[in-house]
Amino acid sequence: MRTILYLIRKEFLQIFRNKFISRAMFAVPIAQMLLLVPAVTFEIKNVRLCIIDNDLTSESRGLISKLEGSTFFKVTFSTFSENEANNLLHKNKFDLILNIPSGFGKNLGTGKTGKLMASVDAINASSAQLTWAYLSGVIRDYNRNILTKNINTIPVNLVPQIIITNRFWYNEMLNYNHYMLPGVLTLLVTVVGFLLAGLNMVREKEMGTIEQLNVTPVRKYQLIIAKMVPFLLIGLIDLSIGLIIGKLVFNIPFVGSITLLFVCSFIFLIAVLGLALFISTFSGSQQQFMFIAFFCMIIFMLMSGLFTPYESMPNWAQIFNMINPVAYLMKINRMVMLKGSTIHDISREIISLIVIAVCSTSLAVRRYRKTA
Amino acid sequence: MTEHLSRGCLAKRNSDREKQMKKVIESTDISKAFGSTKALNDIAFSVDESEIFGFIGPDGAGKTTLFRIIATLLLPDKGEMKVLGMDCIAGFKELRKNIGYMPGRFSLYQDLTVEENLNFYATVFGTTVKKNYDLISDIYSHIEPFKKRLAGKLSGGMKQKLALSCALIHKPKLLILDEPTTGVDAVSRSEFWAMLARLRQHDITIIVSTPYMDEAMRCDRVALIQNGSILTVAPPQKIRNGFSRKLFMIKASEKYKLIIALRKYPGTVTAYPFGDSVHVTFSDDSIDESLFRFLSKEGLSKVTAVETEAGIEDRFLELMKKGATV
Repeated sequence: MRTILYLIRKEFLQIFRNKFISRAMFAVPIAQMLLLVPAVTFEIKNVRLCIIDNDLTSESRGLISKLEGSTFFKVTFSTFSENEANNLLHKNKFDLILNIPSGFGKNLGTGKTGKLMASVDAINASSAQLTWAYLSGVIRDYNRNILTKNINTIPVNLVPQIIITNRFWYNEMLNYNHYMLPGVLTLLVTVVGFLLAGLNMVREKEMGTIEQLNVTPVRKYQLIIAKMVPFLLIGLIDLSIGLIIGKLVFNIPFVGSITLLFVCSFIFLIAVLGLALFISTFSGSQQQFMFIAFFCMIIFMLMSGLFTPYESMPNWAQIFNMINPVAYLMKINRMVMLKGSTIHDISREIISLIVIAVCSTSLAVRRYRKTA
Repeated sequence: MTEHLSRGCLAKRNSDREKQMKKVIESTDISKAFGSTKALNDIAFSVDESEIFGFIGPDGAGKTTLFRIIATLLLPDKGEMKVLGMDCIAGFKELRKNIGYMPGRFSLYQDLTVEENLNFYATVFGTTVKKNYDLISDIYSHIEPFKKRLAGKLSGGMKQKLALSCALIHKPKLLILDEPTTGVDAVSRSEFWAMLARLRQHDITIIVSTPYMDEAMRCDRVALIQNGSILTVAPPQKIRNGFSRKLFMIKASEKYKLIIALRKYPGTVTAYPFGDSVHVTFSDDSIDESLFRFLSKEGLSKVTAVETEAGIEDRFLELMKKGATV
């Protein structure tokens, strides 16, 4: 026990003697929260719209002003030439062309169907779909206005309608910050856990200090624990910093138990630290370690459901996520923070994390060789 | 009666000495290969208690590999290595408490201070600096004034003293020093060897490797090692005496030209550069007028030749050549 404590003391001495790392460790979570939470959002604002109004009637102008009035669209260009519009779309000058053919107003006025054509830049499929959804929303609205205007000719209340009232639970305002922040917190803990401890271990190899340590009676498990504990603590401190920023800057609601969140992050950190130390046992240099660790981290993060809900991933991806610790913590963080889930609700995730933690740590201890 | 008694005493003392002279290292047919490169071939030797045992050989001879096997850091492919009476593989846990290893490359924490490094290794071995201070005081006193300095900021000689202090802090029975004096200035080297000699009072056995032939004379026994094989093991004086021919030291104004000329001379067996002279052996073990005539014809002036005593290096080169031709 005394040996472990002394080994940990040595790690802290080294960490805090390295001025850059000791500062970066606490600056990184602050920067990450302040930058990523507001920046990474799926909301679409300011879609650049090009109007080809060949109609020039009060009806077409009414539609255009309605589009301009919404926060989604910004009319950046109007032309009469379809060719010019298509060229400029090609040059990425705007995201959407709305073509109002001549006769649009006249048709509406005479009770015929008005026709419109919209061309959407669909390089980003999901943003194209959202843009289209917004546009059709605005047009539907406009449609209803026409109907109510013509109420004397067509008795609207005779047409049967289904009216849906919806409510978004756990995030009523559909605030993306609330969705992203727990995810970014997961990211933060992952980076600290994955990179620092492993790099530290490989550095001992590079500097040759491991050689001197290996001839001492220090046991393998003592060494692995001593490498884990400092970064476990740092990870939890970073998590606290992240939570404080979430509360003060983004005013994120925290419904669930903070203790539960910390317990889960604790288990998660053991899992990723074990994995990182396992990787470090077969990397000879910091470069090698960084390469493998980065590869693993990117896969873990992108498949974890940070951006895309992992329920909609293909089957094999969901099976892979059974061994992806980041996916579990991502889910736990969101459920606990936004939904107020209790330990019973997330017991499956917690047990899985414990299994991963035990496996990865014992792998690291087993793989670590004091003798070549 | 008295004679009988004294003989009995003598016998007892002899058996005591035998017990004292138990082997610290016994190596039998140790081999190790890295891929297709054979690093060690059937290495067999033994080291007595309280001995300073030197391994002399060029870079790549296998010294470090051998030391790492002794230090339980590397497993041999074949053979048995017994250290302090324990098997290197089965008894590694117990062994690690009793050996001090100083790798060739400085491998203490450069970002910790002198004092922190020493305290760290003391604690890791379950002891304190205070407890074993008398053992290292002779060495550590040189660097104690700089104890607050980071180890990475020390000079080469001071680094080496710190590394030795750290390797000794748990009072090991066997000290393994892998090229401790490489990259250290001549004064520090000489100081270092004086320290090693003093360590013998504490019953510490030392094995040390070095590429410097002059350091071999400071050892009790020396093993000459080349290409993973031991050429010979003997006290250094004996190794020198083993030189089979008469050795001549020849000087001339132009050394390089002299070597070339000597190697052309039909009577020459070997001619190696040695400092500002050339060490030469001849097939008839003597110098006659024909040599001087030959050399002056080759355009060399100020030629002097004297017989000289062979050094370890001369014997080593002789053995190496023999090894190569066999």
